Amino acid sequence: MQKKLVKGLGTYRLLSLICFCLILLAWCFASYSGSVSDIFLPTPTSVVAKIASMARDGTLWANCRESISRVMIGWLWSVAAAVPMGMLMANSRKFSAFVQPIIEFARYLPVVALVPLTLLYLGIGENQKYTIIFLGTFFQLVLMVCDTVSGVDRNMINAARTLGASRAQVYRAVILPASLPGLMDDLRLTVGWAWTYLVVAEMVAASNGLGYMILKSQRYLATDTIFAGLILIGLIGLITDWLFRLLTRLVAPWYERLADGK
Amino acid sequence: MIKLKVEHLSKTFENAGRTIEAISDVSLEIRQSEFVMIVGPSGCGKTTLINIIGGLETASSGSVLLDGKPVAGPGADRGMVFQGYSLFPWLTVQKNVEFGLKMKRVPAAQRAETARRYIELVGLQGFEQALPKQLSGGMKQRVAIARTLANEPEVLLMDEPFGALDAQTRVVMQELLADISRRTGTTILFITHDIDEAVLLGNRIYVMSRRPGRIRDLVNVDLPEPRNHHSLVLPEFLAIKSRIMEMLWQESQDAAMDR
Repeated sequence: MQKKLVKGLGTYRLLSLICFCLILLAWCFASYSGSVSDIFLPTPTSVVAKIASMARDGTLWANCRESISRVMIGWLWSVAAAVPMGMLMANSRKFSAFVQPIIEFARYLPVVALVPLTLLYLGIGENQKYTIIFLGTFFQLVLMVCDTVSGVDRNMINAARTLGASRAQVYRAVILPASLPGLMDDLRLTVGWAWTYLVVAEMVAASNGLGYMILKSQRYLATDTIFAGLILIGLIGLITDWLFRLLTRLVAPWYERLADGK
Repeated sequence: MIKLKVEHLSKTFENAGRTIEAISDVSLEIRQSEFVMIVGPSGCGKTTLINIIGGLETASSGSVLLDGKPVAGPGADRGMVFQGYSLFPWLTVQKNVEFGLKMKRVPAAQRAETARRYIELVGLQGFEQALPKQLSGGMKQRVAIARTLANEPEVLLMDEPFGALDAQTRVVMQELLADISRRTGTTILFITHDIDEAVLLGNRIYVMSRRPGRIRDLVNVDLPEPRNHHSLVLPEFLAIKSRIMEMLWQESQDAAMDR
């Protein structure tokens, strides 16, 4: 069992790697052969050189730091508000009736269309960026949390009730731990969206950050810097995702089948 | 002494504008330390009945009395064991068994001691630190039984607890439960559609009718103790079994006529 699992995981990693390599190969072919002008498609070496030079002059770290801190603060705002609210919605029909329609409505508003208002109300400071990220993730996250929490196996709740647990105890001792892996998944997905909205926020009004870097490069046709920015955002995303999976395995080791004995 | 008394219990559902009667005027009695079975055709409202007794559903009319006092809502005095085990997958066997005691805020040392006793009773020594996902179906149901018994309920309500197990494991579990009942004197109300199971385990068997479920007959089972897989071929066993089969056959015939 253990062996088969590890082998399965090896094949999985190998296939993912092959896909990356194929894309890289296509990129190399298109750029080095000169069939695509380097204004449109810079060579991998020039992108790597760009990242290296940004790392040396410190702009790489400064921009990453700015962007990561914006994402984290805006997203944490959203988590802090959405998780309790989603849980409340899952457990109170009245509260759900009160807030659900407006949340469904707000969920369909494109965040980009709200940018002018946020600029008008909040100016171009950091709060405007957090607000964009908040607006982009909050309404989705509330509904996801509500769904996850209401999806807890009814039978498990019944078992706890017949074992003498009060409503508060059912909440603490059953609903919370049972929905933890699902909640971690919700958080993992929304932090990804937070990155999307970060770039939106930074493209509109910012003087640093990865989104700003990409926008500014467009003016100078610095395609290598655009690519560097895109690759960095992708890498940060991959790392965040991996961290979340790791964290899920730490807080809910019972959940994944990876730790199966025999 | 009457431990659990059910009086004129009825339950109707509203479904898409139609009123459906699940059970109708069900009355029954279970004495202290008695092992009582309810057997009935599928869809006769057995699960609705036991859920009402356990407090998970409410009755439309009638009452449930435990030691003469009416009960409403779920409580630790009526422990339940379900077909689907319903273990807490994040807790070890030990912690699952301690769950009810923890809810009652029993001190940790006493909890561990009680859990140890009941884990031993169901034969799971050595698996205290295992997680539910590492156990087979039969072992999971042993944990669920230990978890409920550790709570020392006044009555144990069991809703087709062995329905999901394979035939061999089921017989092993039935013998285990017969043994537990003899040793602990727990009052048990057990629901099944398996006639063999009903005759093997029960002191008395209530036979339910097709929907709306009513009590159709009451059968006393007088088999020599201890009951085990050898009992399954005794002439007394077969006589009772054939009587109940006849009743259920009649019910399914009538049900076919209803349609």
